[in-house]
Amino acid sequence: MVRINGEEKAIAGRNLLEYLKTSGFEPDKVVVERNLEIVPRDELGNVTIQEEDSIEVLRFVGGG
Amino acid sequence: MEDKLILGGKEFKSRFILGSGKYNLNLIKAAVEQGGAEIITLALRRANTSESENILDYIPKGVTLLPNTSGARNAEEAVRIARLSRAMGCGDFVKIEIMRDAKYLFPDNQETIKATEILAKEGFVVLPYMNPDLNVARDLQNAGAAAVMPLASPIGSNKGLATKAMIQILIDEIDLPIIVDAGIGKPSQACEAMEMGAAAIMANTAIATAGNIPDMAEAFKLAIQAGRKAYLTGMGRVLARGGSASDPLTGFLR
Repeated sequence: MVRINGEEKAIAGRNLLEYLKTSGFEPDKVVVERNLEIVPRDELGNVTIQEEDSIEVLRFVGGG
Repeated sequence: MEDKLILGGKEFKSRFILGSGKYNLNLIKAAVEQGGAEIITLALRRANTSESENILDYIPKGVTLLPNTSGARNAEEAVRIARLSRAMGCGDFVKIEIMRDAKYLFPDNQETIKATEILAKEGFVVLPYMNPDLNVARDLQNAGAAAVMPLASPIGSNKGLATKAMIQILIDEIDLPIIVDAGIGKPSQACEAMEMGAAAIMANTAIATAGNIPDMAEAFKLAIQAGRKAYLTGMGRVLARGGSASDPLTGFLR
């Protein structure tokens, strides 16, 4: 299984950019961390999601 | 000569840093414009596929983004959040915010120094939120901070300048902009901090919980400008005792 934003999903083998787009994330408005490493935006399309990956998809929100 | 706030080599005319938490995104633009803020803080959180609104679409162009590291409990987590925020591609500014205390939300000064050192070396413009203490402020300066952000009272409390004497010491002794952050609850308190020589005021809850958010942002703008002008001008003197007539002491009607 793959952990994405804390949820277990069966998405191993998929392209990261394609997964984000089809799941409703806006790749140009988020930052992605995979196994504690930042994935630069222009490399999202080069990443194949692996079994046991831990992925965080983050965006800016209001805050002080 | 024009009076400017300089942070990380960037010049700002406004000395009001606006927080964007706790209020509707639709009000951010109006609050920024009426408050004249040139810097706005943001937080980084998990994205949600069901939401369509993005805060970046509501922030006017030209405003400098100041992401915070809220949620971090130690230096390592703050560094991680700062790096992720920079990867959003919105600049190098970061406000370090590291908390272990859930009741008063006081920052962890020691972890904040560690994070400041790491991030300043990586080229971030580091603005650390801190509990006002002269030794810590010196350590932050040595660690490469671009400013120091002492708290006035607990975050979100609107209780005003509870740490006034400590903040005055930082203003007098530290050769960096001192930006009073957290707890400023009304314009008069912002004005007072500026009269003391603070370089800028950061406020969020005071505006977010006001009756009219953009109007309160404007009230803060005016108060900050008034306090700054008074500070630059030099205050009138205070008498140790007694009074001193403001009117001529001759030519009375008898």
